[in-house]
Amino acid sequence: MTEVSIIKPKKGLIPIDFKEIYKYRELLWAFVVRDIKVKYKQTVIGGLWAILQPLLTMVVFAFFFGKIAKIPSEGVPYPIFSYSGLLLWTYFANSVSNASNSMVSGAGLISKVYFPKIILPISATLRGLLDYAIAGLIIFGFMFFYKFTPSIYLFLLPLILFFTWMLAAGIGFWLSAINVKYRDVKYVFPFFIQLWIYATPVIYPASVAGQFEWVVKLNPMSGLIEAHRAMILGHHAINFGMLGISILFAMIIFITGAFYFKSVERYFADII
Amino acid sequence: MKKDIAIEVNNLGKKYKIGKKERYLTLRDSLTNMVKLPYELITGKTSLKKQEFWALKNVSFEVKRGEVLGIIGKNGAGKSTLLKILSRITEPTTGTITLKGRVSSLLEVGTGFNLELTGRENIYLNAAILGMRRREINKKFNNIVDFSGVEKFLNTPVKRYSSGMRVRLAFSVAAHLESEILLIDEVLAVGDAEFQKRCLGKMDEISKKQGRTILFVSHNMQAVEGLCNKAILLNQGRIIKTGNTNLVIDSYLKEFSEDKLSQKWSWKNAPGNKFVKVKKIEVKPLRKNRKEAIKVTTPLEIIFEFWYLKEDGKINLSMRFNKITGECVFNSPSCSKKVKKGLVRSICHIPGNLLNDGIYHINMMVVEDSKGIFYLREGCNFEVKDIKRRGRWFGKWPGAVRPKLKWTIN
Repeated sequence: MTEVSIIKPKKGLIPIDFKEIYKYRELLWAFVVRDIKVKYKQTVIGGLWAILQPLLTMVVFAFFFGKIAKIPSEGVPYPIFSYSGLLLWTYFANSVSNASNSMVSGAGLISKVYFPKIILPISATLRGLLDYAIAGLIIFGFMFFYKFTPSIYLFLLPLILFFTWMLAAGIGFWLSAINVKYRDVKYVFPFFIQLWIYATPVIYPASVAGQFEWVVKLNPMSGLIEAHRAMILGHHAINFGMLGISILFAMIIFITGAFYFKSVERYFADII
Repeated sequence: MKKDIAIEVNNLGKKYKIGKKERYLTLRDSLTNMVKLPYELITGKTSLKKQEFWALKNVSFEVKRGEVLGIIGKNGAGKSTLLKILSRITEPTTGTITLKGRVSSLLEVGTGFNLELTGRENIYLNAAILGMRRREINKKFNNIVDFSGVEKFLNTPVKRYSSGMRVRLAFSVAAHLESEILLIDEVLAVGDAEFQKRCLGKMDEISKKQGRTILFVSHNMQAVEGLCNKAILLNQGRIIKTGNTNLVIDSYLKEFSEDKLSQKWSWKNAPGNKFVKVKKIEVKPLRKNRKEAIKVTTPLEIIFEFWYLKEDGKINLSMRFNKITGECVFNSPSCSKKVKKGLVRSICHIPGNLLNDGIYHINMMVVEDSKGIFYLREGCNFEVKDIKRRGRWFGKWPGAVRPKLKWTIN
């Protein structure tokens, strides 16, 4: 039985075709593998970079915020406090940044072969998971060093990771699609993400924000970062309310982003 | 849809908007436009009507299973747009296409090659991009490598490959696709002659032996002629001719080439070198009525005049007739002759009933002591038209030449 396909102009809102993405899962995987291989191919220390980025950031923050400014860290040694936040933040920030450039850097492919284009931002947000895993191993070394027992909620970590991915992919859908038409994204985004880390309780606990705590709580990354930290360190209970807000935001951004992406996808090949 | 039809294209159209908009927009441009537009509308500098441009319009055709369809036309005729729509890279504005079977497109050899990755890694990546399953790739890996001839360099990054090697590797990946419909755009523009031959052979095998359908876009008429059983000719987004490949190619050639029956130069701008300067080359048809076209039966005189710049020497001429597709029809040398410095005039007589109908280019070489001292490329172009034939057969007359020979039948 040969498959019959029909090509005709599409109209209206188009939902994501999960069946098609599943059909192209091998290509998605090939993109992820390609990007990981290429990233480490010409580096001397390869995968160690995955550790160095959050580690060096942590050292700098531990010095300025932990030692000099003496920001409270909820009774946890500041280095593991900030590293557990930076771990997830680094994954998130790199993923969004890679995703937002994914369409433009894949322009050659988009104008030459057909595949569901949405797998480009998706693959861009998946490849960081390896870095996350590598860098994640370090934290257990730290905890051993500071004699910290991991939380019993550690098994919930994949859930946090999943919703962080969802948020990163959702923002990635929006930005990569906008980036095709307006190249401004390339310049605005790195600047924006630099500011965003300060509005997120990555290197400080949400509780220090005082009367501005609601600003922090509305930030979709806050609940995820706080829950992520609590699940690893177990230094306080997980704030499910805040986590719920984050998850809700992540889902809204993911779904609207996917619709927006699909609705503009059809002219990508013509204007990219 | 009938059973043996693989591709059915119905009333296809693709509209592009062209206007003042640039390809790369920035937010600033959009914002300034919002401010500028009302002003420009009032002053009449611009109008809201965007210019529309139909890259394809009312295109309908069918391709049978196992058929190789050539798509020809000038640059910008809409060939690539058609393939892009068929391969779903871009959407049509109107019309529908029904495709029976898996489609894969080979719009540019080596699409998605990553220069940092090795040959082996790129085979897997490229194959995945072209829609091959990993299982399939594993099964065909050795065949792909054999066909490409790069087995020694499989673990070398592709950036160290020569461009020829890249093309070979890419084509062999594509040639092993198992899709029922293959869309191919100008892949043969690259690669050396020997490899091109192999590619053509492979494509022939794919269509004839494996019964797969191929759509082939090319400027290489010889390749189209050799591979395709049917062709369509596009011009400005519309199909202007469809049918038997030879007939379609001919009407393409007729449409888009002009006879250049003679060329003359003054001393100042004459082509040449320190031995020879060309004054004139001319095709002179010997016919009664000057307006009459050159036909298969028309005898011709090829007149070639040049200034010989050395004191004296023994030269001969060598004239080559090429078809517009590039292949040589014949090459005719003259007898040698002692010449002195000054104007040399030569005439070659070509009898009627020798050339087949088609378009010819004349190239002329001046030879001295068995060495070519000057070569004039495409001195003249002209078309030989078919005559009204007796009998009932109207197909394209096969063969490079069409000589009238003496027959005896007992």
